Amino acid sequence: MSRPGLQGRSRRIGLLLAAAGLCLMGYGVFRGEMDIVFEKAVRICMECIGIG
Amino acid sequence: MDKELNKDIDKTSVKVSNKKWDKKSDKEGNQKKKLAGKTGRQPSEWPRHGIQLLWALITNSYLAGFLQGRIYEGKLKNLCVPGLNCYSCPGALGSCPIGALQAVIGSRNYQWAFYVSGFLIFVGALVGRFVCGFLCPFGLIQDLLHKIPFPKKLRTFRSDRLLRKLKYAILILFVILLPMFLTDILGQGSPWFCKLICPAGTLEGGIPLVFLNSAMRSAIGWLYAWKNVLLSAIILASIVIYRPFCKYLCPLGAVYSVFNPISVFRYRTDPDKCVSCGACARACKMNCDPVKNSNDPECIRCGLCKKACPAGAISCGWKERESLSD
Repeated sequence: MSRPGLQGRSRRIGLLLAAAGLCLMGYGVFRGEMDIVFEKAVRICMECIGIG
Repeated sequence: MDKELNKDIDKTSVKVSNKKWDKKSDKEGNQKKKLAGKTGRQPSEWPRHGIQLLWALITNSYLAGFLQGRIYEGKLKNLCVPGLNCYSCPGALGSCPIGALQAVIGSRNYQWAFYVSGFLIFVGALVGRFVCGFLCPFGLIQDLLHKIPFPKKLRTFRSDRLLRKLKYAILILFVILLPMFLTDILGQGSPWFCKLICPAGTLEGGIPLVFLNSAMRSAIGWLYAWKNVLLSAIILASIVIYRPFCKYLCPLGAVYSVFNPISVFRYRTDPDKCVSCGACARACKMNCDPVKNSNDPECIRCGLCKKACPAGAISCGWKERESLSD
């Protein structure tokens, strides 16, 4: 039922991935992807509501 | 004579040891039965629903949108919310991560969305599908729909496990590949998941906007009808099956499920405390067995198993505990 140490390893992988996620977010913001997200989100998305 | 005596002694000692063993196992069995007897009642889910409702109200608190039939256009829309929350909902303050992912992947300028995928990795690696259980408005709607009484609720069926793989196919095909490769003459792709499938968009954005906005009403066509049929099917299915959209269709759940086994916030089952009564598996509406896998990709971390456990063997948290099972 248990494998001692597996939990600690998984948690460390989780922490590393969370840090990697933050770095990717930063890179995306640096590339200007946030502007695309903003432009899409402030106009009514016709596809999302089933009209476009 | 000696041999017969020895045989008699052996038989008596076996009987005595069997009796001792029987007494011990009876005692353990009674203890387990006692604990298992406490597990008959389904624990209350209303404290969790309170958190879900509060989060849904906070992230959809642009009241002017509901009154005037328009959407929020402020700076907060730069940020994604963790759950499936349509950014065309009149009250939405943030962006839907699945819609945003498709928007960037389908844009002319970028082939991949590092900002949104980084956000999903960050949230997933920290809490996994905790988001599905606590921070998704569409999850809350399905939770409440499942409380409607129905003569025969379906807990599982023959192709249940296989059908759960469908959400990964939807993620890869409709959220990534189609917006990336099926582009128009300008090189722009459509958000195919939002367009053809997303029931959250229909419910949170489509229906209120069409109801409140006459220009929208005049523009509805076959796509709107299709999306309403799909939404109705999911609503009806939610009464019979627990969270059918989350189990079989949701691409956001598919992303977070990958992170469940390695996320920092995790569930643990203590094998020393566990009495193997099966109360946790019976309580789980997503059909997970926390004793076999406390961080099953299908687990939405609602905490029902923890509440149902009569021995207090299930715990959750951020801290590392080496001796407990994974």
